[in-house]
Amino acid sequence: MALEYPDDLKYLDSHEYARLEGDIATIGITAFAIDQLGDIVFLELPEVGDAVEKGEKFGTIESVKAVEDLNSPLSGTVVDCNTPLLDAPEQLADDPYGEGWLIKVRFTDVTELDEALSSEEYRTLVEGE
Amino acid sequence: MHPHRDESLVTLPNAPHPNHPTSLARTPLYDLSVALNARMTEFSGWEMPVQYSGITREHQAVRAAAGMFDISHMGKFRLQGTDVLTQIQQLVPSDLSRLQPGQAQYTVLLNPQGGIIDDLIFYFQGTDVRGQQQWVVIVNAATTDKDKAWLLEHLDLIDLTQLTFQDESPEKVLIAVQGPQAVQKLQSLVAEDLSPVPSFGHLEGTVLGQPGFLARTGYTGEDGFEVMVDPEVGKQLWQALLELEVVPCGLGARDTLRLEAAMALYGQDIDDATTPLEAGLGWLVHLDRKGDFIGRPVLEQQKQSGVQRRLVGLQMQGRNIARHGYPVVAQGQVVGEVTSGTQSPTLGQAIALAYVPTSLSQVGQSLEVEIRGKLYPAVVVKRPFYRRAR
Repeated sequence: MALEYPDDLKYLDSHEYARLEGDIATIGITAFAIDQLGDIVFLELPEVGDAVEKGEKFGTIESVKAVEDLNSPLSGTVVDCNTPLLDAPEQLADDPYGEGWLIKVRFTDVTELDEALSSEEYRTLVEGE
Repeated sequence: MHPHRDESLVTLPNAPHPNHPTSLARTPLYDLSVALNARMTEFSGWEMPVQYSGITREHQAVRAAAGMFDISHMGKFRLQGTDVLTQIQQLVPSDLSRLQPGQAQYTVLLNPQGGIIDDLIFYFQGTDVRGQQQWVVIVNAATTDKDKAWLLEHLDLIDLTQLTFQDESPEKVLIAVQGPQAVQKLQSLVAEDLSPVPSFGHLEGTVLGQPGFLARTGYTGEDGFEVMVDPEVGKQLWQALLELEVVPCGLGARDTLRLEAAMALYGQDIDDATTPLEAGLGWLVHLDRKGDFIGRPVLEQQKQSGVQRRLVGLQMQGRNIARHGYPVVAQGQVVGEVTSGTQSPTLGQAIALAYVPTSLSQVGQSLEVEIRGKLYPAVVVKRPFYRRAR
């Protein structure tokens, strides 16, 4: 089953994505990451008002066996957080690019995404040539 | 995302590795696992399946029906001779002289400091007319070479009528079939009646018309057998069990299952620096029933004055998951360390094993676990976390 990487997103090689709408970025993790992690059992996210830094950890995701940092693609302030997921982290897998978003960040410098990957570049990275 | 630690069975690569290093060993069932789209991982020098359909699904299959594990990477030894019992009695704290033919003992090899070299099972098959005892020994994969060296060093192998040591590890397939329906499913492929075989009982039987060693043991907390056969028979057995809808399970589910059953993982919960009394394995230490063995003075001393620390079961009081290596804290002081921890699929709660001072080891004791710099409440609970209905 081929995994999807929507064209309108920017991707990090550490498997987070950002969707830009105005000065707000919606941040989540990719279908590839979820497939690799397996059953997700724990999620830790920042609170609204917290600052996040490009390339820095903003939260934690755990599968049965693995603990992974979540890294922000952009610097800014957290304006929304998908808190229902904290009590049902397994639901993240159902819709990683929609209902499974993690945080929304008001960002300051869009050029921070200049080195982020396009959908095609990310697909090539995770699926190989 | 970046993994926190290297020992996790599932690490997320920054890019996939389609070609695993060829230096890793593979079991004879490797191709069958790949054909089932298993996700493979490195485990102590072996390329092993970590999951097939998903850890939780596999875990639940073993708890509710039947699952099977390729554990061919484990060490498999045979000991034979007139003097086996006398000699192996020197190496373990358990009294193996009580074993009747067809019985087995889970025990540990001890170093002179009372530390655990490995945990393993001795299966006593019986004594033939020439007085030759037959024993099967199954040991952990990661410690096979270490155990073999220890045994060869400490067993007197000069007179071969008294004792011979045979390493069958590379020549045999070992499949664990586990779960409430495991025996019933396996029975249709085995000539002998398995129902009267007690827990830890075993026999040389007939699997798909071929010779096989069958033992009612496992590492899941469920009923089931571990079956040792030649590789070709092993492949056929795997396929036959698949057709009987026995669910293939990887090392991921094996770990969550054994942890719910509070069974120790060597190298994590027990090692060369922990004694069986500290590890809650006092039930296999038979000081009153047997004579000298390596490590005995240390265990005697610990039994007399009490151990300083104990391996306890912890239940987290929130969603946070305690993991291997996390500090255990009491009144602001680090007092111990988590050795294994996971989200329990059966209980829906985070569980862990941890060493704590004996004074803080009573059931009901409140403690805290430090997770990513913050403290989260945990309570000492009875082990095992899960016990099957009988």
